[in-house]
Amino acid sequence: MKLYDYILSPSCYKVRLLAALLGIPLELRAVDFHPGGEHRTPALLALNPAGSIPILEDDDLRLTESAAMLVYLASLKSSDWLGRDTAAEAARTEQWLSFAQRLTASLGGARLCEMLLRPGDLAALQAAGIAALRELEAALVEQRLRGERFLVADRPTIADIACFPYVALAPDGSVSLDPYPSIRLWLRAVRALPGFIEMPGIHRLHELKPEPVHGAEGEPA
Amino acid sequence: MTIGAMRDEWYPVGLRSKVDANGQQTLLMGEPIRLHESEGGEIVVETADGRRLPVVIGHGHVWTSLGQPDKPLFAIPEADQPGRRLVEVGVVRVRCSPLRAVENFLDIAHFPFVHTDILGAEPHTEVERYEVEIREHEDEVWATKVKFYQPQAAKSAAGGITTDYMYRVPAPTCSVLYKTCPARPGEWDVITLFVQPLTEELCDVWPWMALYDDVTPMTDLIHFQQMIFLQDRSILENQIPRRLPLDPGMEIPTRADLTSVAYRRWLKRHNYTYGAQLVAQ
Ligand SMILES: N[C@H](CCC(=O)N[C@@H](CS)C(=O)NCC(=O)O)C(=O)O
Ligand SMILES: [Fe+2]
Repeated sequence: MKLYDYILSPSCYKVRLLAALLGIPLELRAVDFHPGGEHRTPALLALNPAGSIPILEDDDLRLTESAAMLVYLASLKSSDWLGRDTAAEAARTEQWLSFAQRLTASLGGARLCEMLLRPGDLAALQAAGIAALRELEAALVEQRLRGERFLVADRPTIADIACFPYVALAPDGSVSLDPYPSIRLWLRAVRALPGFIEMPGIHRLHELKPEPVHGAEGEPA
Repeated sequence: MTIGAMRDEWYPVGLRSKVDANGQQTLLMGEPIRLHESEGGEIVVETADGRRLPVVIGHGHVWTSLGQPDKPLFAIPEADQPGRRLVEVGVVRVRCSPLRAVENFLDIAHFPFVHTDILGAEPHTEVERYEVEIREHEDEVWATKVKFYQPQAAKSAAGGITTDYMYRVPAPTCSVLYKTCPARPGEWDVITLFVQPLTEELCDVWPWMALYDDVTPMTDLIHFQQMIFLQDRSILENQIPRRLPLDPGMEIPTRADLTSVAYRRWLKRHNYTYGAQLVAQ
């Protein structure tokens, strides 16, 4: 299975992360996204006319949406991760997979502006990102009242993996996570999963050191 | 705050390979500037009111100055050796003082905690004694005989090795590090951090490398360095105080290692204070 990948891409990291959690080996093909802009070259546009990464190839299957890749990986290994146990759970999982696209556009857009100097309306992107974070915080509070630690159940699903990277990296686009205690707890729960892997800007939990009690997500442990 | 003595230094403002006739806008020490390539292939840098600034091309980048540099751009003779691959890593913006960005680059003690399992690993957290000096003739800060155990010192490193390092500060916002070259023992890989000060608390960082490595694809070399630098970015953005204190009594000395102390002393001696905090607050 071959992933067209970029080490700093949160969308690519979703796929790397779930593959690691499920123990599925990936062949990585690095794409020179920055500064090269290789995703917009004819060779890559031939694979994905949308000009985005990730792209996942397995035999004659080619996927260009990270949500579809998560469904594919989870379907190969374990139905638990699919988040489809009941009709309501299936629908809520889909809801979060679509919500994740809003995170990509808003928080991801702010991050590209702030970090890699991509042109864009930074204030509008940050405002849209904050609106999405407030919605996520409210949903996670409700989940906790139900006694569930993750987005659609008390176990992690592809809904969590789809939303996790852009939320965790919000500070890269100068959007603080300090106001969202439930989001911070949920980020920790994802980072604590067995087999979790990091990406630059998302640190692993350092077991030897107690985390500071307040506002420490995104900082070195 | 006035720019002071740092006004007459050279700063990187773009990758030479990316500047074309369309040009690009950027900021240097609070002053908006524009770069473009003229019809004759010459790079022109000017301020918003049309003042032409001095330009020099070197180490893959366009360098300019708001003032009048009295020295040529510092040389990196090793990078000119034939057979090296020159890696243009590209720009990364960081909300931190330009001096902080250089100081972090000089600090080897953070490797096991920030670049875990790559440039360092627990329990190998000890930094052995090494030598630091301000070389008077070159007017540069040098740290030599630095040794550190690294799980994956470079893209081309197959496993853990003890790596030798030398650090050099040839200009207030630039650092060059030399480290053991896994592919060619006896030679040094060159890894640089060139920092463009946008304001005293905002900078564009242009990492650049000159490596002996004939095997690794260029994109993987770029990504290895971007991965390392992006691990630093979130830490740089959270440092307090935001500006680099030049008063040695101010910060807890565990982080301010020997090289950092020498760097701050050298900055202070030259009145290089753009991005510095001068009095305890
Ligand atoms: N198809 C979406 C695209 C994800 C996305 O936005 N990827 C970014 C990189 S993180 C991208 O390729 N952007 C193209 C660009 O900004 O030019 C997905 O798979 O979730
Ligand atoms: Fe670092």
